[in-house]
Amino acid sequence: MINYVKSALRLSLSSLFLSVFAMPHLAAAEDTAPQRITSVGSSITEIIYALGEEDRLVAVDTTSLYPPEAQKLPNVGYMRALSAEGLLSVEPDLVLMVEGSGPENTLDVLKASSVPIIPIPEEHSLDGVKAKIEKVAAALSVEDKGKKLIAAFDKDAEALAKITAAMPAKPSVMFVLSVGSDRLMVSGLNTGANAAIELAGGRNAMDTYDGYKQVTVEAVVEAQPDIILLSKRLQTDKPEEKLAAIPGIELTPAGQNEAFVTMDAVYLLGFGPRAASAIKDLSVKLSELAS
Amino acid sequence: MSLSATASSMDKSVCTLGASPARSYAIPVLAGVLLSVIVVSIAIGPSSVSFNALFQGIMNAFGAGEPMSMRDHVVLFDIRLPRTIMGCMIGASLAVSGAMMQGLFRNPLADPGIVGVSSGAAFAAVSVIVLGSMLPASIAALTGSFLLPLSAFGGGLISTLLLYKVSTRGGETSVATMLLAGIALSAITGAFTGLIVFQSDDNQLRDFTFWSMGSLGAATWGRIASIAPFVLALLISIPFLSRGLNALLLGEAEAFHLGFDRQKLKRWIILVVAAATGAAVSAAGAIGFVGIVVPHILRLVLGPDHRLLLPASAMLGASLLVGADVACRIIVAPAELPIGILMAMIGAPVFLSILLSKRSLFTF
Repeated sequence: MINYVKSALRLSLSSLFLSVFAMPHLAAAEDTAPQRITSVGSSITEIIYALGEEDRLVAVDTTSLYPPEAQKLPNVGYMRALSAEGLLSVEPDLVLMVEGSGPENTLDVLKASSVPIIPIPEEHSLDGVKAKIEKVAAALSVEDKGKKLIAAFDKDAEALAKITAAMPAKPSVMFVLSVGSDRLMVSGLNTGANAAIELAGGRNAMDTYDGYKQVTVEAVVEAQPDIILLSKRLQTDKPEEKLAAIPGIELTPAGQNEAFVTMDAVYLLGFGPRAASAIKDLSVKLSELAS
Repeated sequence: MSLSATASSMDKSVCTLGASPARSYAIPVLAGVLLSVIVVSIAIGPSSVSFNALFQGIMNAFGAGEPMSMRDHVVLFDIRLPRTIMGCMIGASLAVSGAMMQGLFRNPLADPGIVGVSSGAAFAAVSVIVLGSMLPASIAALTGSFLLPLSAFGGGLISTLLLYKVSTRGGETSVATMLLAGIALSAITGAFTGLIVFQSDDNQLRDFTFWSMGSLGAATWGRIASIAPFVLALLISIPFLSRGLNALLLGEAEAFHLGFDRQKLKRWIILVVAAATGAAVSAAGAIGFVGIVVPHILRLVLGPDHRLLLPASAMLGASLLVGADVACRIIVAPAELPIGILMAMIGAPVFLSILLSKRSLFTF
């Protein structure tokens, strides 16, 4: 009796399973390339879209903000606080994640369930981005599309090199992530912003510490930046107005000349396929303000 | 004045403890609730595991049944089962710790989270997370996975002892001093935690942010094993401490006259509470309010007798945390809501309602 119920249950469930899932799974079996990809990391998501392979993407993480369509996909959470079961529930046949994603025990569980994971090194350089594109394209078995994307990227990189070569001197640039009422979140060394400034032909005005730290206006004045680079999340944000209103900013060369540059944070700091173009844009603005 | 009033009202309720129906049904009903929550927690999650697979999984666990898919096996045995067990352990620890603290301080608002014990444990845990790599390899190898729960235990123990010393004078524990001392203690440990966080890099910072919101997501069999001794110590102590806690409700002098060694009793309570709270904090981060909500509800229904209150708290605490964890897994699936957020949403209003109903306790 129990056996009968058991087998009937199994039969009905398996036929249900077959009718719902059989088609895509059969297609996947024919083609060895992964068809259900989960992307963890904004630059990886951007690369997959730039390769035109977004149809194979089934889920992204919370850092994947561009392109906006990506935000409509199921979201597996923050890259360092991934839930193992959540990741498994979207049934990926490949997880591409930037190095440093975790936590460790989630990765262990994924490995135990034999979901292939490819870690993608996160490096804040133009060569690093090209290596990323190459790796992602190879994982998706679309090497040709990857080469085209890299060629387009190289074009922007060449344009960038021309601009930086023509710049007379390296302006000192301070990157302000967020503007508070009297404190600023400013990038030190070893950040994406620091790399972007250096690649764009500037030098970081705040070179006394690593990473991001909250600093007072006094420290900003002490650093004497020629240009202050700001980031915005929304099109409507106007951080330069907030910054100009803070007393003391006018004591810096940037404040005196109103040399403020505002760029979209995801565009500038994404270090994805748009990195060369974003840094080129920054470089154009830096050389305008520096001359 | 107000204290003696509560003492006498508690005294009365202790004396009028009879075999009411709620009391006699409590344990079986709570056991039933816990069992069903456990089943739900194993059966439900963002991944759909069919009932057939679930059945096979149970058969597999007993060495029978058919082989199941790798993914289903991992989801059931490496994710949901350890998570459910750890949720039970931590929920029970927090609720019983809360009930014991409330008995010790004779105050319904005493909770390891609010009076600063958790923040002491958190400080120790964060120190280990950030500074752990600086330890000599020999010590790290010696303590292994026990390092985090051990140091959280130490942090919890020190802050509990400190709190007790500060708020007790001449054998009488002042409620107001206790709460204020708890705030001060939280502020001090919070400052030191902040100091360490300030020194940490971006990744450690983000980890800490999520850790401070609490999660059962880090449940592994290894972690369960590392906190099990501390949780077991608390649960085993229940029958030995509940009579003493009942006597303490009447007052310390009364407990002494009833033949209890007060100092020994208090030391044991502090020890087991610090152990369990430390272990819970180390494994799941900061999860508040379980220790207040659960004993409070149970006291309303069952009365203050610790012989019943403590085991009932263990069961309801486990049920509440595991149930909340199921919700956290589903609400924003496939991502996960930190459980500390949900518990604060449930717990803070209950905390406020206690505050309002016992307002007279806080006029000083």
